[in-house]
Amino acid sequence: MKDIQQDMTKKQHEYWKKNTRLIKVLLVIWALVSLVAAIILAKPLSEVQFFGVPLAFWFAQQGSIIIFLILIFYYAKRMDKLDEEYDVQEVILTKKKTKDKGVST
Amino acid sequence: MSVEALTLSLVVLTFAIYLYIGWRSKVKDTSNFFVAGNDIPAVANGAAIAADWMSAASFISMAGLISFLGYDGTIYLMGWTGGYVLLALLLAPYLRKFGRYTVPDFIGDRYYSNGARAVAAVATIFISLTYVAGQMRGVGIVFSRYLQVDIIVGVLIGMAIVAFFAVLGGMKGITWTQVVQYSILIVAFLIPAVAISFKLTGNPVPQLALTFSDIAKELSVLQVELGLKEYLAPFQNMSALNVFAVTLALMIGTAGLPHVIIRFYTVKNVRAARWSAGWALLFIALLYTTAPAIGVFAKYNLINSFNDQPINEVRETAWVTKWEETGLLTLDDKNGDGVLAFSSDEAANEVTIDRDIIVLSTPEVAGLAPIVIALVAAGGLAAALSTASGLLLAMSSAVSHDIYFRIYRPNASEQQRLKVGRLMIFLAVIVAGYFGINPPGFVGEVVAFAFGLAAASLFPAILLGIFDRRMNREGAIWGISVGLAFTVIMILLMRSPQIFGTEAPVLESFFGINAQGIGVVGALLNFIISFIVSRRTAAPPEEIQQMVEDIRVPKVMDKTG
Repeated sequence: MKDIQQDMTKKQHEYWKKNTRLIKVLLVIWALVSLVAAIILAKPLSEVQFFGVPLAFWFAQQGSIIIFLILIFYYAKRMDKLDEEYDVQEVILTKKKTKDKGVST
Repeated sequence: MSVEALTLSLVVLTFAIYLYIGWRSKVKDTSNFFVAGNDIPAVANGAAIAADWMSAASFISMAGLISFLGYDGTIYLMGWTGGYVLLALLLAPYLRKFGRYTVPDFIGDRYYSNGARAVAAVATIFISLTYVAGQMRGVGIVFSRYLQVDIIVGVLIGMAIVAFFAVLGGMKGITWTQVVQYSILIVAFLIPAVAISFKLTGNPVPQLALTFSDIAKELSVLQVELGLKEYLAPFQNMSALNVFAVTLALMIGTAGLPHVIIRFYTVKNVRAARWSAGWALLFIALLYTTAPAIGVFAKYNLINSFNDQPINEVRETAWVTKWEETGLLTLDDKNGDGVLAFSSDEAANEVTIDRDIIVLSTPEVAGLAPIVIALVAAGGLAAALSTASGLLLAMSSAVSHDIYFRIYRPNASEQQRLKVGRLMIFLAVIVAGYFGINPPGFVGEVVAFAFGLAAASLFPAILLGIFDRRMNREGAIWGISVGLAFTVIMILLMRSPQIFGTEAPVLESFFGINAQGIGVVGALLNFIISFIVSRRTAAPPEEIQQMVEDIRVPKVMDKTG
């Protein structure tokens, strides 16, 4: 019993660590495309042309929104996979719990 | 059929649909009333969030604001969408796992304190009330413009409709109504945008037309020739520091808005909470990526149809005549040469356009069929009504669930709680209606206030509650209080002319940051104070730390194996 409990806690911490690492990477991208590209680097990136508009303008009014979208969907998809890997997907309560199956396939 | 008759039929038709849905999904228990029984699918929840979030301001005003702000309009575009990334990654899944009814529920339980719960409930009420007053005003304006009724009658009709389906259906009725309202508002927004895009650039997709044609550049050159500001260049209307602060404040504020957060309690499970944030932003992005294109097209069109044109000819155009009657568009041949001219100089400028008419006039400017104009009116109403009902529910649950049930009468029965919930919606509608009819002079300012408040109070407390196991009651209460007090005081000082009637603002800005962006500093203070205080006081009880561990993982961890 004790071993199983420790194993569960360890797994839970590992899951959390992977989750927070993913969040950090995505938030860095979030800040880069919005606050950095469109505001901090607005002046230099205005000199770069992106089709009909300056690159900074594209990030400010269109590009960042598109990238935000990709970030959220990517996160949802990755977390689905991570949930499965650590066998922590939510189960429907009526279903009989499968015990100690370890990493599911 | 005339435009007015068409508009009336379309508005009546859409309202009949909303009422039918409200009636069909009438509820009898609190779980259905507050969180729709937790069985809303992710895509539907996404559409409901989008409708809830996009108010009359997004639908009617935003494209106009952007067309006047140029590059700096990004504060609204990135600010109001970037918040969803924070929501999706940092808050939504964990709040769903926690799974109660409201935001104060989380704050109160996580920080084992009814004081914290009460502060969060009061913040929720204030934020929602501020917003809803503006929405009721929006409803009144659309009604009075298109149905030719008095603005007071317009607000009263809106109040009756909102009250009916919110009281009856609760969250369940509101969610499904909002799904329909989203469809109506997005169609109403896209049709004129596509038409005007095709007309000006030959490309029917506004988003692509903005990037892949040179219309934006032409507008920028045109504006410079007229002595106006360069459209494509950054920081023409605001300093870089302010653009940064306001954008970040709107992002954090969005993630802290209680009526958006409670939406994530209504879905089936954690997984659905993550996905519905993505769907919500997709639905929002459809409008938010179209708006900057409309901004460019509308400004380009306006300059071309006004500048250097004989004033008498312009005046005879049907849509110009109509808007000039409302006083929202004024043409004034100041130098008497019979030709209109734009200018950045107030004394020489001969065309004044209210920003709020840009979207509403687009279909007429582009010469579209009357049915499209009717559709835009119905869309504007859908946007205002859906947001109003979501806000009313957030307010009602803060009072009836958090204050009445959790603090004041913990043994209240299901029926009593439902009754108080419905009564609260009813009262909130009356208050909102009052402010809709008698708007405080500074509604626009107070909206910024609401965002700053959400950013400085709720967001840091929720975030730290999830990601910092060691965060305790003392830290949270001090953090919220200091963040909130700082933000409130700063806004009062910077807006003193509007609020206290002083000649000049007591404080110009806070180290160059204006009132709209001050929430960022408040949030930062909240984080720092919370951290310091929590580390100098006792750690939270063991069962709270266990709760934090539990909300981090979707499945209920069975510790006994």
